[in-house]
Amino acid sequence: MCTKITIDANEAVARVAHKINEVIAIYPITPSSPMAELSDVYSMKGERNIFGSLPEIMEMQSEGGASGAVHGSLQTGALTTTFTASQGLLLMIPNMYKIAGELTPTVFHVASRSIAAQALSIFGDHSDVMGVRQTGFALFSSVNAQEAHDFALISQDATLQSRIPFLHFFDGFRTSHEVSKIELIDKKIMKQMIDEKLVHAHRKRALSPDNPFIRGTSQNPDVYFQGRESVNSYYDKLPDILQNSMDKFASLTNRSYKLFDYIGVKDATKIIILMGSSCDTVEETVNYLKEKNEKVGLIKVRLYKPFSLKHFIEVLPTTTLSIAVLDRTKESGSLGEPLYLDVVGALTELKEEEKLEFMPRVIGGRYGLSSKEFTPPMVKAIFDELEKDKPKNHFTIGINDDVTHTSLDFDDSFSVADKETFRGMFFGLGSDGTVGANKNSIKIIGEETSNYAQGYFVYDSNKSGSMTTSHLRFGKKPIRSSYLIQKANFVACHQSVFLEKFDILKHAQEGATFLLNSPFAKDIVFAKLPQVVQELIIKKELQFYVIDAAKVAKQSGMGRKINTVMQTCFFAISNILPKDEAINKIKKSIEKTYGKKGKQIVSMNFLAVDNTLANLHKVIVPKTTQSKIKMRPFVKGDFNDFVEEVTAKLIAGEGDSVPVSAMPSDGTWQSGTTQYQKRSTALEVPVWDPNVCIQCNKCVLVCPHAAIRSKVVEESLLSELPEDFLYTKAKGKTFEESEMFTLHVAVEDCTGCTLCVEVCPAKNKSQTNLKAINMNPQEPLRQRGSELWDTFTKLPAYDRSKLDHEKAKETQFLEPLFEFSGACPGCGETPYIKLASQLFGDRMVVANATGCSSIYGGNLPTTPWRKNSEGRGPAWSNSLFEDNAEFGLGFRLAIDKHTHNARESLLSLKDEIGEELTNSLLDSKQKDESEIFAQRLRVKELQEKLSLMQGDSASRLKELADYLVKKSVWMIGGDGWAYDIGYGGLDHVLASGKNVNVLVLDTQVYSNTGGQQSKATFTGAVAKFAAGGKAQIPKDLAMMAIAYGDVYVARVAMGASDAQTVKAFVEAEAYDGPSIIIAYSHCVAHGYDLRYGMQHQKLAVESGLWATFRYNPALRDEGKNPMIVDYKEPKIDVKNFMYQETRFKMVEKLDANNAKAYLQTARDHAKENYKRYKNLERSMQPQEEN
Amino acid sequence: MDLTTTYMGLKLKNPIIVGASPLTATVESIQELEKNGAAAVVLHSIFEEQINHEMHEMDHFLFHGSEDYAEALGYFPEVTLSNLESEHYLDEIKKLKECVEIPIIASLNGVSKGGWIEYATKLEAAGVDALELNITYIPTDIQLSSNEVEALYIETIKAVLESVNIPVSIKMNAVFSAPANMAKQFCDLGVKGLVLFDKPVHVDIDLELLSSLQNIHYSSSKDLSETLRWSAILYKRIDASICASTGVKNYEDILKSMMSGADAVEMVSAILENGAEHIQKTLQDLELWMQEKEYDSMEQMKGSISLAHTSHPAAYERANYMRVLTDYTY
Repeated sequence: MCTKITIDANEAVARVAHKINEVIAIYPITPSSPMAELSDVYSMKGERNIFGSLPEIMEMQSEGGASGAVHGSLQTGALTTTFTASQGLLLMIPNMYKIAGELTPTVFHVASRSIAAQALSIFGDHSDVMGVRQTGFALFSSVNAQEAHDFALISQDATLQSRIPFLHFFDGFRTSHEVSKIELIDKKIMKQMIDEKLVHAHRKRALSPDNPFIRGTSQNPDVYFQGRESVNSYYDKLPDILQNSMDKFASLTNRSYKLFDYIGVKDATKIIILMGSSCDTVEETVNYLKEKNEKVGLIKVRLYKPFSLKHFIEVLPTTTLSIAVLDRTKESGSLGEPLYLDVVGALTELKEEEKLEFMPRVIGGRYGLSSKEFTPPMVKAIFDELEKDKPKNHFTIGINDDVTHTSLDFDDSFSVADKETFRGMFFGLGSDGTVGANKNSIKIIGEETSNYAQGYFVYDSNKSGSMTTSHLRFGKKPIRSSYLIQKANFVACHQSVFLEKFDILKHAQEGATFLLNSPFAKDIVFAKLPQVVQELIIKKELQFYVIDAAKVAKQSGMGRKINTVMQTCFFAISNILPKDEAINKIKKSIEKTYGKKGKQIVSMNFLAVDNTLANLHKVIVPKTTQSKIKMRPFVKGDFNDFVEEVTAKLIAGEGDSVPVSAMPSDGTWQSGTTQYQKRSTALEVPVWDPNVCIQCNKCVLVCPHAAIRSKVVEESLLSELPEDFLYTKAKGKTFEESEMFTLHVAVEDCTGCTLCVEVCPAKNKSQTNLKAINMNPQEPLRQRGSELWDTFTKLPAYDRSKLDHEKAKETQFLEPLFEFSGACPGCGETPYIKLASQLFGDRMVVANATGCSSIYGGNLPTTPWRKNSEGRGPAWSNSLFEDNAEFGLGFRLAIDKHTHNARESLLSLKDEIGEELTNSLLDSKQKDESEIFAQRLRVKELQEKLSLMQGDSASRLKELADYLVKKSVWMIGGDGWAYDIGYGGLDHVLASGKNVNVLVLDTQVYSNTGGQQSKATFTGAVAKFAAGGKAQIPKDLAMMAIAYGDVYVARVAMGASDAQTVKAFVEAEAYDGPSIIIAYSHCVAHGYDLRYGMQHQKLAVESGLWATFRYNPALRDEGKNPMIVDYKEPKIDVKNFMYQETRFKMVEKLDANNAKAYLQTARDHAKENYKRYKNLERSMQPQEEN
Repeated sequence: MDLTTTYMGLKLKNPIIVGASPLTATVESIQELEKNGAAAVVLHSIFEEQINHEMHEMDHFLFHGSEDYAEALGYFPEVTLSNLESEHYLDEIKKLKECVEIPIIASLNGVSKGGWIEYATKLEAAGVDALELNITYIPTDIQLSSNEVEALYIETIKAVLESVNIPVSIKMNAVFSAPANMAKQFCDLGVKGLVLFDKPVHVDIDLELLSSLQNIHYSSSKDLSETLRWSAILYKRIDASICASTGVKNYEDILKSMMSGADAVEMVSAILENGAEHIQKTLQDLELWMQEKEYDSMEQMKGSISLAHTSHPAAYERANYMRVLTDYTY
């Protein structure tokens, strides 16, 4: 009997790929990373493949590296695979040509994803796989998790038989992350499918000194061409080989596939042809329309390349009159998208060969880019279009193209939803466990009942505090709806605050069940709802249930985790299972999930289940509304039309309605829009006590979201303000007697991380549990706090030129030009970025490597980089992950060129401009803020003169004059970029001698993709791809940079010394050459409460695991020692730092012996490093001349 | 010379038990103690908070931040953790039982009937010879009466006793209004040993950080006073063994403890200060003294200066204040 299990396609593929390969070379990229992560875990657990060996997992520095390792491993005879997507796949192209050219059997598994063009997108379409269709790989598409599981095996058999490498792909997120019930392939079947003789044949072709030959020669005009043609017969044979393999598989599993599968009426006249997950949506619609006697059909393309005419014509109904070929990709400038062109070509050839009686009309269309929804109404619209005399070719569907009018209209009310299928939507907060609970529910229903089950999860664009939407379908019939639920018969809102922000109930169908988690009792909860919500409940006659999940969770010892409570509610009222049976199954599942964590956790969850039932109530809904509560606006502040018409829609979740005309066509986007999005995610926010405050500004410095700010202003400006606008006399020699210090919190932008409170050194002398800044509930402070914040922001900023930019305290009076990002609460990276923006923001150009900083820095709907009141601010761009240093160097080259040209033009116009102004413009060193300010005034004067002048030189100079003011070029990225994928480029840039500044936000993992190890990962830390803990010591990027001699290098940790950090930033920027700052950044992936982030940074330094120092070549030129070791000899044991973080501590829970060994390695490393740096410092001490 | 003694039914080769401390945290260290003559060890304490906290902490941080953002649906690999602190402790015990011959007493620290009581059963299954229960409760709730606090102790002990068959001792503190009666109540429940007393953790204030803190100081022989008093008072009046603890630093302290009525002693500070060899030296000194004074066995001196047997019972009673003053005037 086959085993049925509820998993997503990534897992479905990994479960096969790991069993039929010997070497797996990996690199993280969304949405394919889980395949690699699971493979690593399987090997760590000792799971062996069908040949009895333990697959070797190797993380590489990039996808380019992974494909190289795959190529090498294949050439030396191991069965080898890799997993990737998007840009990763593009980086593999050169090796893919080689692998195919050398007829090497392998399967690459791809969770297909958009390619970064006008913007990056992590979501699914076929842009990546279409970008490699020329490499010679067979392109093999699966539609859902079951097919992905099956095709992973079938493709391995076919590649071994045919020697043509396979690219097996499935849709990113829609398939890779959709949880559904599948039948697992037994290991026995895998063995039956893979012929060991073919494996031996592969090995026999391997490079071996015992059987030497040469492969990879250089061929010339005489033979290269013939060589390329020599492979044709292999490709000719492939379709039959694959079909035979599918047939063999069918005989073993009863799951039958064809290269092209036809669904529909036999005498169909209208056909849709496509690949990937939407085949299911079209199939569902075709089946529905069939019932309505429509002559419709669908051809699912499984083997796209090589395109088999023979197999295609076999399934194409002879009655076909018109065909729509749908491509999930965009090829600008092409006559049509790839599948369309291939189908047109195929039909033409078939007609030529007289295998086709008449030529149907063929139109091509684009759909579903970046996981854009593709739904039955759209399918219906396409079939309707095919009916027309002149159907629109090269159409788009799913968007409103009001510019080139490619889009087809569709009727959203059309539905094929099966009445018997349960459709539930659950709105939760990222951290509340809603998604986890729903995954659990699907498993229960999928594995414990005969139901088919499907779960898909949508997250918003913020790193945390985000709204998650779970879409769950269950039913007796197979579920083919590969699109979001349109109308739900069960809607659960796990956070009542969402009801004031989003129109959640628009998703509820008439008579649906509505479950709300609310702190209000059943008798008053209705009155507490916004008016529009009340209206919908009444109008749609919803069955309304309420529970105070937070209370139940707390009672049961679960803290804020409401997952079990809400899951129990769902089962209790949804009637999917008899209530008692459902509760039993939940408890069984709790035991399974939490059993290993101890009985305490299990009994706590059991208690939560029991307490839930006693606290779940049905609400009696009145016949009329009783509320005056309005929905909260999506944006607040003084914004322009773009924010209103585009940004606000995106925030509201209405981005699908934004027409093409409203979109910038080149990816240019307005900056500084986070200020309008008031997310209000904090439960508690800091409140300032001026009587205790010592004005150190540490809270301002560490605030990751720039939600705490201080200003020093003339008292006269404050006298008119209301009494609750707090201020106190400014301390410090910089300030005048009449100047006042005031500190304010943006209560709606604060995320409640509490870093500020932990870092505050001032205690209330009468009550030492209070500091100068203390957390208080946000809700009562929201309204007034927001008004006071408004007043605060209108006060003038302090004169930059009067502040000492090397003093940490005084830097915090500089206006931050990076604010309210979507970074995690307590983020350790953003304080550094914010600091850079304060110091240099008005002249800063930023190249940002892909990663966390590019996401919270540039992920729509809103952007945190902003400009100052003079209209200056950081100009920011993200190119790719791997090329950021080169990208930034390009900025430098262009800016230098502009500056050079400006200086030349200025010189040539010296007589007209005047000698004094010209000379002072050319001679200004712009070493500090006041010199830069003076230069700006000179440029202003120059511009005024130029405006009166004529001629080419004058107009050229007019355009370039601003480049006479220094521009600060920054390259920002994480350790994944700087240590791994971008290191080659970074190294080159550091060697260039150019004046650029590199900021490495070192979290010691690939934070953005979920914590995979990098070469910066500490010894003994568990990370993804280092599931048992990392054994090696981290790479010393700083020492590598120091080796150049003329590179400014600093290693900093703000929590250990903010003074050293600020100094390093100022020195790096001032240094006329390459500079690199490697900044310790605490991260959610380290596994502790980030409110203690700064203390952990201090421990990392005090234990010697994070050495802080500065190497400043400018000092050498001044006859001083360029090397300054800023930290003291390690005074605490590494264990005192390491074992306060889950990433290290969990090694002890995995293997105590390993843990001991890692600790010792780390201990030795800390000691040796200190010796090494001190020796270096000593060795660089200038010798006194006798 | 017969140094043997019986404590909670356990035959000990001498009266020195090494108390719960870092000394008893590893198999290697315990082997070293045995080599130097320790008659038994009380394993380093496992705290109720530790058992619960660890589970919660791991559970929390492994999943914290997960399912929040599409690119990072979790931050740790999905591995199965096995060596949770408490499980690790059990494994260590199993290993230990194979390596040493002396009795092993496990120490549990807690104040509720929560899941950790179940842990007592696990300790028994792991092979420990006895359990030492340390119920340290600071009743900060001003509404809580002494009766209620005492009831809490009784309930907890009852629950533990119901869950195991091995002997259980109570490490008491001396701050009850009626320590003797409390001790009797414990013994009436079935407690087989009283450890007198739990060493208090000193509260202090850090003037630099303006923060309260806890300090642990090494005990000194002066700290033995209360132990001697209550051991002398309880001797033969309760149906349980007595173990002297806190302030047992040398052979003289052992002699005094045994004479006051103890069956064994727990020693920690002196070994921490002087190393495991201190046990050997203490036993040699003990034997030498006994030889000089012509004692044959430990049993011979047990309780010889208890309240019932002393020639100066007033020393243990309130009247002793008078005596001290009177003596001073001589």
